Amino acid sequence: MAKANRWRRMTRTEAFSGYMLVSPTALYALLLLAAPLATIVAFSFFKDGYLTVIHEFTLQNYIDTWSDEVFRAILTRSLFVSGMVTLTTVLIAFPIAYYISFNVSPAMKSRWLFLITIPFWTSYLIRVFLWKVILGFNGVINSSLDIVGLIDQPLNMLNNVQAIVVTLAHAYAPFAILPIFVALEKIDRSLLEAGQDLGESRLMTFWRVTLPLAMPGVVAAVLIVFIPTIGDYVTPQLIGGGKVPMVANLIQARMLDLDNKPMGSAIAVSAMAIVTLVSLVFLFLNRRFLRVQK
Amino acid sequence: MKFPALRTYAYLYLLFLYAPIILLPIFAFNDGTIIAFPLKGFTVEWFRQMAANTTLRTAVENSLIIALSSAIFATTLGIFAARAATRFSFPGKAGIIGLIMLPLVLPEIIVAVSLLVVLLGIGVTLSVFTVILGHVLICTPYAIAILNTAFNALDRSLEEASYDLGETKWSTFRLITLPLVMPGVISSLLMSFTISLDEFIIAFFLAGNEPTLPTYIFSQLRFPKQIPMIMALGTCLVAASIVLLTIAEYFRRRGIAKTGGTDTGGFL
Repeated sequence: MAKANRWRRMTRTEAFSGYMLVSPTALYALLLLAAPLATIVAFSFFKDGYLTVIHEFTLQNYIDTWSDEVFRAILTRSLFVSGMVTLTTVLIAFPIAYYISFNVSPAMKSRWLFLITIPFWTSYLIRVFLWKVILGFNGVINSSLDIVGLIDQPLNMLNNVQAIVVTLAHAYAPFAILPIFVALEKIDRSLLEAGQDLGESRLMTFWRVTLPLAMPGVVAAVLIVFIPTIGDYVTPQLIGGGKVPMVANLIQARMLDLDNKPMGSAIAVSAMAIVTLVSLVFLFLNRRFLRVQK
Repeated sequence: MKFPALRTYAYLYLLFLYAPIILLPIFAFNDGTIIAFPLKGFTVEWFRQMAANTTLRTAVENSLIIALSSAIFATTLGIFAARAATRFSFPGKAGIIGLIMLPLVLPEIIVAVSLLVVLLGIGVTLSVFTVILGHVLICTPYAIAILNTAFNALDRSLEEASYDLGETKWSTFRLITLPLVMPGVISSLLMSFTISLDEFIIAFFLAGNEPTLPTYIFSQLRFPKQIPMIMALGTCLVAASIVLLTIAEYFRRRGIAKTGGTDTGGFL
């Protein structure tokens, strides 16, 4: 009787209703996200038998991965490319976010945001491929320059890191604009007036008031661009022509082409660890700006 | 504070954003097999080729099945999670919601690889179904982000009034809550549908031998002869996503108007 009562009381609490409600989604994420992630972490410590996986603890995969020069070169390149993409994307996105937040009338703001998000929702593969068309040997830029008579030889703009950076900076533009915009929108406009009333120039007000207050948005933008670009598979494949592979291409080759799952898992886990580490260091360096909020 | 030069910059930036998409229809109607200037003349040949391609038709059918199922499942799971997140507080909430939202910041290749290892490990045959499993995972966080806004804008006293008038929890949800968040639900469905339709890497790993639209496009990009047809296909896809997004945006704004909020703009 007492037991039934306690059960009834428990099922009436707010926490219980919350757990019940969130459980289908949480269970799905647990089974299809957390469990698989745990599995590849476990796999990375197993031995690779030919076509099978031997369940025996070893660190050999990590030793092999990290002593492999190809892996180190690819990881360094991936970090460099993602870093460049992040820097470019955030730098060119900031003025746009600023423009929409400060210079566009409130009624037009959502229209501008809508305009910026449209290209992002159109086929990623085709957008990436079109950059190949634009930058290619007889592509849009080269043939236009040729018609105008500026060049004799077509410029070689594909199959290198710069082309990958341009393509990814284009693909991730909205990811950078939206968080910065949200942060700028939150800024109390009277603070800016106060800055100017106290004798600061417009530029100094921007530097000492607007920018520090917008930093949480910039930090979010950096992470949102940096993390997925390091795992991008399509752009190095199409724009890099397979000549400048990044981490995702390496994981794919180890997992599918060579069918070495423990090795592929070790690379995936190593890459994830590096990404997490870089993100945490970045957050730590910017803790000053993040603490200001609330 | 206004900087007038910013306006010019903003328009140049839009040009940069739209440059690839503007080129798409130009080459789709261009009567030449090489994608380069100068243009050769007008043709609808590439659209005809596209319509006659049977592999493409299978890929489109597969992708529609995947996108429709993923949208429905992700939105359903999203409703549960968003309702729990906006209405109830319970220990460990941040951790649970964090796990569900994790795919937003996880490189997709990691999701794809880990799912592949597990599915092959328990002996599941790769098919359209396994792609749906993966897509639901990555669509759910977007669905939750949209639905959170919808549930947050909900006036709680409306539900309380309904309880006071004798409705049960379930009938209140059906008669009061659901209709009020419906615009959010529709825009979440459309958003998940669009994401799934365009997703490549998970489909590439988990579809087995079944073609989906992005994996088919990827396989054809290697053949220069097929490129004009892919341009025609791309034109159709862009047109379709603009229509879908306009509908989504319409419902999002109507939702905000309905609950009496102010428009803060943006999907994300």
